[in-house]
Amino acid sequence: MSAIDDVTSLKDAFAEKVVKTVEFRDEQTVYVELDSLHAVLKKCKEDFGYEMIIDISSVDHFGDDPRFEMVYEIATLKDDKHLRIKAAVEEEQEVASVTDVWAGADWHEREVYDMMGIPFTGHPNLKRILMWEGYPYYPLRKDFPLAGRPSEMPDVAFSGVAPLEGGPFVTSSGTDEVSRREPRAQVVD
Amino acid sequence: MLESNENTFQAAYDSKIEGNVIVTRVDAAINWMRKNSMWPMPMGLACCAIEMMATACSRFDLSRFGMEVMRFSPRQADVLIVSGTVTYKMALAVKRIWDQMPEPKWCIAMGACASSGGMYRSYAVLQGIDQLIPVDVYISGCPPRPEALIQGLMKVQEKIEKEESTKEQKASFVDQVS
Repeated sequence: MSAIDDVTSLKDAFAEKVVKTVEFRDEQTVYVELDSLHAVLKKCKEDFGYEMIIDISSVDHFGDDPRFEMVYEIATLKDDKHLRIKAAVEEEQEVASVTDVWAGADWHEREVYDMMGIPFTGHPNLKRILMWEGYPYYPLRKDFPLAGRPSEMPDVAFSGVAPLEGGPFVTSSGTDEVSRREPRAQVVD
Repeated sequence: MLESNENTFQAAYDSKIEGNVIVTRVDAAINWMRKNSMWPMPMGLACCAIEMMATACSRFDLSRFGMEVMRFSPRQADVLIVSGTVTYKMALAVKRIWDQMPEPKWCIAMGACASSGGMYRSYAVLQGIDQLIPVDVYISGCPPRPEALIQGLMKVQEKIEKEESTKEQKASFVDQVS
């Protein structure tokens, strides 16, 4: 089933807080302001029956302002509706945790915090989930090199720089010329 | 063990038994015992561990070579088989297990990841376990076949055969006496 009715209801309920809505191949995406993100998600759960949080992820639009974007994938169980909620996040800005809405959001938010460095307010246990406590970087940010950076936490862990032999080799898929489309080393400073 | 009473001394010179006595060096005898009862410490970290389990099971049957006694306590193990991707988060834990194993001990880096980081040229993966602990045998493959692991363990056996196991003990004994 399509979530188009819920998108309309959200637009009615939150008015100008809904920045825009996008429909692509029956997938509904709603862009909202960050300050009303928690209220929107709570309404989706309680009034529209989106019982399940499928995924919480984040995007780094490096070079743009605002830099980050939160992405929430939610679904209903009884009639198979799927809705995507997005909100732009500036650097150093905090996002309200939705662990009080879905308990399953706990580890997703910890992963976002660990990999992208976006902090959450109201999270019961906000610490790193994949890297160790004290690791000084956020590895999935665009300005973090794939090879890694050296770090040292005595008796806990250390990290080094992996040899990449000129890489990472990135394909430029949108380019017309074949020779430019091939994987080439791209260094981000 | 022979008891030193008159009867056994007589028996030792019995011509029927004489053919069954083997004369050897202590080194060779110790090495022979060590190599035929290697107790591996399985350090299963990724898909290589599945191949290691297959190696221990009936189809490939590691016990044919005397290495089937997998011990999950480092205190009871001789050979550390590092099978899989060693992440930086796990690296010091592997090192700690190695430090807890009693001497003499050997280490096998099983597969591309344990040997060199493999395809994971990334911020999260240690680029070869040999950066932390001394490795005796590297096994190539991603993951290696069980036969390759068996050959790796046989290479360790060959290495043990050539060791002069009493040399260090002898040196420390001479130090103590003098």
